[in-house]
Amino acid sequence: MSGAQLSAAHAEAGRRARNARLGLLGPAVLIILLISILPLGITVVYSFLTPGTYGGVTWEFSTAAYVQFLFEEDIFDGTLAFNPAYLQIFLRSIGLAFGAMIGTLILGFPTAYFIATKPRQQRTFWLFLITLPFWTNILIRTYAMLLIIRDEGFINLTLMNLRIINHPLSILYTDTAVFIGLIYTYLPFMVLPLYASLEKLDFRLVEAGYDLYASRWKVLSHVIAPLAKPGIIAGCVLVFIPGLGAYITPELLGGGKKLMIGNMIAIQFGSSRNWPFGSAAALILMALVVIVLLVYARAAGREAKAHG
Amino acid sequence: MENDGERVATQTMEKAGAENRRNVAISARSLVKTFGTGEFAVHALKDVDIDIRENEFFTLLGPSGCGKTTLLRMIAGFELPTSGIIQLDGQDITALPPHKRPVNTVFQSYALFPHMTVAENIGFGLKMLGRSGGDIDKRVKRMLALVQLEAMANRRTDQLSGGQQQRVALARALAPEPKVLLLDEPLAALDLKLRKNMQIELKSLQAETGITFVFVTHDQEEALTMSDRIAVMRAGEILQIGAPTDIYERPTHRFVADFIGDINILEGSVVSSEGRTAQVRLKDGAVIEARVPEGVDGSGDVALAIRPEAARLAGPDETAALSGTLENVVYFGAASYLHLRLGSGEEFVLRHSGALDAYDLSTGSVLGIALQPGRARVLE
Repeated sequence: MSGAQLSAAHAEAGRRARNARLGLLGPAVLIILLISILPLGITVVYSFLTPGTYGGVTWEFSTAAYVQFLFEEDIFDGTLAFNPAYLQIFLRSIGLAFGAMIGTLILGFPTAYFIATKPRQQRTFWLFLITLPFWTNILIRTYAMLLIIRDEGFINLTLMNLRIINHPLSILYTDTAVFIGLIYTYLPFMVLPLYASLEKLDFRLVEAGYDLYASRWKVLSHVIAPLAKPGIIAGCVLVFIPGLGAYITPELLGGGKKLMIGNMIAIQFGSSRNWPFGSAAALILMALVVIVLLVYARAAGREAKAHG
Repeated sequence: MENDGERVATQTMEKAGAENRRNVAISARSLVKTFGTGEFAVHALKDVDIDIRENEFFTLLGPSGCGKTTLLRMIAGFELPTSGIIQLDGQDITALPPHKRPVNTVFQSYALFPHMTVAENIGFGLKMLGRSGGDIDKRVKRMLALVQLEAMANRRTDQLSGGQQQRVALARALAPEPKVLLLDEPLAALDLKLRKNMQIELKSLQAETGITFVFVTHDQEEALTMSDRIAVMRAGEILQIGAPTDIYERPTHRFVADFIGDINILEGSVVSSEGRTAQVRLKDGAVIEARVPEGVDGSGDVALAIRPEAARLAGPDETAALSGTLENVVYFGAASYLHLRLGSGEEFVLRHSGALDAYDLSTGSVLGIALQPGRARVLE
């Protein structure tokens, strides 16, 4: 074979490899485009349009949706006045999601620690129990929770039968109900990453801590918690982000009275027929989530650097 | 925590005053540890009594599973005895949790905190005792100097070599000036050369700090080189406690003799005895004089122990105490080990350090064995 033929063959082989690479990448790129970029693009475009009278949008550029998030236009003279109603819903959502995050951490940490310190063969069983709720639809689980906490529910009947209270505690359709519901729904998302972290924990380090005069609490705060930090951060992100956008829990347990961001967005696409505002609210929520993730990435990056 | 700190401090001061009195530091009585119940019960410790003196390098020696680590963990407070008591300076500490005992451990795995620097690791115990930042800094500096790691203060522990990690673990355990330092096979993970160096360093560190060291190992050579006293353990029992020379030269128990160094153990029966000296007839008919240690019944059928270095080949003009057929010669330079088969069928190894030219060393040749007087011992 001559030199020219050889280099031609090389070029041919290179071209084929490139084509093969593109061919293999294709499906993934297509899926990302269809499932992620396209809907997001539509949402961005819609958020800058004018609402149609019967839902949908009119193709007319407007920033009204973003203005509406913070200000209210007077129906008569068209002047703008600050309207904290939507902001309050956002703040309430952040508060509830944050509370759920702390609540699941407080409940989840001992749970994960308990499982991680069991003999290996037993851990599978306990983990199975933790994931058991996932086998049932979240809607059904939330209805079950509703039955438990309502005025004639399990909790109130038990407390009244034990004569601890005379009148039922009104938990349902309050922030407390939403809070309980969120903790119940997202607890596994906290327990699993915590378990993954604690399972890798070298318990000889815990012994070393005790040996060096650390009490139980000091071992927890100075040895176990710092070593479980990746799991704590991951669990917090996994609870906070979906908690922020929760829809079913506040819808059912909050009775539609205590709105969270998810419900508010749903209403814009439903009865309020304001798709641009719904889109804008969704994008603002997304911006919030991105901020949380950036903070997480920085914390995780510092961690990796410290251990690198 | 502050109270603990003061308590540790006063005890350390008391100890400094009692430097040369050699009081008992740790005293354990009738310690029993049983894991599990019924027919699955494992007896890790069966009725152990032990006194560890102040300022001594005490070694618990035995094969794995003999209970030495369980005993150490009990002194540290990680295990509760099933029954029995442990005292430290006359105070009952049996049920005291680990963080309330002025006792620190160097773990086999070192167990350094990966999220802290070398200096933070060393200062951890003092911080938990509630010492002031200035005190901690000073003490950490001294400890770093003691283990020659000044340059590594701000390193992460995973940037250190095995030997350096070992020193950090040592410095961390010594920093709070414990009453007793427990060492759980701390040299096992090091390579041979480093291990030899650390043996010497540990020994001098113990002398320098004056702290009681309780050292656990299954390496008999390590135990012999480092210890003031050794307790040889087997299956949850202490068989013999004594200085390295006692253990090596005057073993009272067959297991101890066998476990420490090379030894020939021959069956025989006592024909006559006078005081602590007995005439023992071996199975091939030879009669040998042997010492009977205190506490050993020197009558009837006995086992006789003879170290290889207590025997040599008999010269042409000597009367041989024993004779055997040569099976193998292992040459070590300074000496040779000769493996012989006695008339009784038992194997006998001797260490001959002189010239071998005068002997017929072909396999199967019959050679005479001379014994050093007084080195053969009757075992329990």
